[in-house]
Amino acid sequence: MTDKSHDPNQMTGAAMIVRALIDHGVQHIFGYPGGAVLPIYDEIFQQSEVEHILVRHEQGAGHAAEGYARSTGKPGVALVTSGPGATNMVTPLTDALMDSIPLVCISGQVPTHLIGNDAFQECDTVGITRPCTKHNWLVRDVNDLAKVLHEAFYVAMTGRPGPVLVDVPKDVQFATGTYHPPRKSDVHISYTPRVKGDATLIRKTVAMLASAKRPVIYSGGGVINSGPDASKLLRELVEVTGIPITSTLMGLGAYPASGPNWLGMLGMHGTYEANMAMHDCDVMLCVGARFDDRITGRVDAFSPGSKKIHIDIDPSSINKNIRVDVPIIGDCGNVLGDILQVFKAEAKKPDIKAWWQQIAQWRARKSLSYRKNNDIILPQYAIERLFELTRGKDTYITTEVGQHQMWAAQFFGVEEPHRWMTSGGLGTMGYGLPAAIGVQVAHRDSLVIDIAGDASVQMTMQEMSTAVQHELPIKIFILNNQYMGMVRQWQQLLHGNRLSHSYSEALPDFVKLAEAYGGVGIRAHKPADLDGAIKEMISVKKPVLFDCRVAALENCFPMIPSGKAHNEMLLPEEATDEATAKAFAGGKALV
Amino acid sequence: MNQPASAYFLEERHDPNETHTLSVLVQNEPGVLARVIGLFSGRGYNIDSLTVSETESQKHLSRITIVTTGTPMVIQQIKHQLDRMIPVYRVVDMTVTGQAIERELAMVKVRGGGDHRVEALRLADAFRARVIDATTESFVFEITGNSSKINQFIDLMRPLGLVEVSRTGVAAITRGPEGM
Repeated sequence: MTDKSHDPNQMTGAAMIVRALIDHGVQHIFGYPGGAVLPIYDEIFQQSEVEHILVRHEQGAGHAAEGYARSTGKPGVALVTSGPGATNMVTPLTDALMDSIPLVCISGQVPTHLIGNDAFQECDTVGITRPCTKHNWLVRDVNDLAKVLHEAFYVAMTGRPGPVLVDVPKDVQFATGTYHPPRKSDVHISYTPRVKGDATLIRKTVAMLASAKRPVIYSGGGVINSGPDASKLLRELVEVTGIPITSTLMGLGAYPASGPNWLGMLGMHGTYEANMAMHDCDVMLCVGARFDDRITGRVDAFSPGSKKIHIDIDPSSINKNIRVDVPIIGDCGNVLGDILQVFKAEAKKPDIKAWWQQIAQWRARKSLSYRKNNDIILPQYAIERLFELTRGKDTYITTEVGQHQMWAAQFFGVEEPHRWMTSGGLGTMGYGLPAAIGVQVAHRDSLVIDIAGDASVQMTMQEMSTAVQHELPIKIFILNNQYMGMVRQWQQLLHGNRLSHSYSEALPDFVKLAEAYGGVGIRAHKPADLDGAIKEMISVKKPVLFDCRVAALENCFPMIPSGKAHNEMLLPEEATDEATAKAFAGGKALV
Repeated sequence: MNQPASAYFLEERHDPNETHTLSVLVQNEPGVLARVIGLFSGRGYNIDSLTVSETESQKHLSRITIVTTGTPMVIQQIKHQLDRMIPVYRVVDMTVTGQAIERELAMVKVRGGGDHRVEALRLADAFRARVIDATTESFVFEITGNSSKINQFIDLMRPLGLVEVSRTGVAAITRGPEGM
């Protein structure tokens, strides 16, 4: 600290920022210096409590902070300069907003007297980031800075978590003012997220669950965000009620994939049993999920015969896409605790033997099956082997976006919350590699694997350099099919097999690329080589690019075509050209 | 237009549109109006009318009155989306409370002579519009009332030499002793 006055709370704006980070328990921040944040970097240089991870592009800082937040339950912090530094943060901020990830971004701004003058590296940061943050602030007076920083952390972490941004002009960083530690009055009194669910509705929920004939629990990322207790309570509720459970992409790990009541993921590439159970159920308990279009498919044919209960901390998530019968506004963990308490005291396990028999028939369709191949590595097989060979290890998985992401969700069984980091809502290619860096920073001794595609991973490949610099032994497991697989799949299904620009022309040699960065490159061509190569990857204590050469034209099934209902799934063995053409007719305009 | 229904075609639902008046109490801080307007444009909601002014200067509170049109589900979304913004204290749907009074002020400039001028003055009198500026060939009327009354007045002025209109948009308040 460069505090020179007698009052220890008198300090510069830059010093306040570092002090506030320390007061909020922040140990790591991800950032990139520039003209408008130099005073803050000067403060960072002169202390050792907060470790700064230098990235190679601000987007990398944002996703790394997201991975850090998602894997720890703590806020992720990013520090960027004005202008391009801030605009490069727009993607991670939007990503975090869609997936409810607590992110605190501090951005430098040109000095206040230059704001509006089109100064060098000036942009309207709060204007640009207003729609992609939960809230943002421009601090014009150093004496407001402490209050705003504390409020920023509070807003990011409470209610439905999300990204916030504090824009600090350079003159405010230099100015001296009064700092104060966090206190309650720092927060807008208009901001009062509701945590406790309505008791009458909770009682009603218990009665509905107890008398259900065909119930299903549909859980989402909200359960993970609510903290480890919520996942425990969810598991207990499943056990006490005996109800089958499915989850969204974001909610994987809240209930273990090895659990007896697990149906697999639901939605566009979910399992047949999960989607059929959603379609045919009579009572649906939605916990911390938001009826996204990837889940519902055709909305007017979505689970037509069910009464729906929806638990969500964000009132605007309720009745947005699907009308529900019992809306419970509150924190998932809190509400699940209340439901459990009432259920245990007043209700008995519903008699759903017939329902489970029905589900067993759906399961018997084996919707995730694929043809084995001894000559080429199938991507599904690669994930299955990766899962088997990391079983029992302290493993965290991140993904990029595309076919590999769906295969990872289908074939890598996530057992615990906070272990699965993926870009769900925004679908950001390039998320996984920097997110893995963030996870590894928080969990130095764990095995952190980014399941990647050859196209996605090149969007943020430069962060390999970050991993090497900070000695973060992340493992980038690339399912290399030399295509933007999901784009190609849609072109095949919907655009007459005209593969417009979805071929990964001029791919780099990933092994040499890894070596160029100072990491380790591993390649596997044949199924017989795969296990050995994966074991080698796990044992290497350096960043690894694993070039897993997989079948080029494999597609991701099962699939609900856009605009179709849950019971109109296309299963792998049914996906003949003719059936596919028919299933996708008319859906071209949808995404 | 023979698209299958999906989440992207919510507007294809045949729920009838309704018009609602919302009163929104907000912290008067920089950017708050931009947040509210950005919400409407970003999510494709309609704004039929919007008025805003600081109402309690000591507490830095402003009151925004928004008239919007949408299906009941969209109207409910708008209220929830507004309510979850950090600087928003309260959102009250004046149309649902059913007890609200809505008023708008308009200034209407009319130019003409002879019978038209006499007729304009007579109608203004009937509508309780005040003359706030006059020349030998024009009047500016000030009229207050609900939007339909003002619309009607403007329609009547059109053949009498209507030049231009400036309207404030709707302000609303509930009847009875209780505040929002």
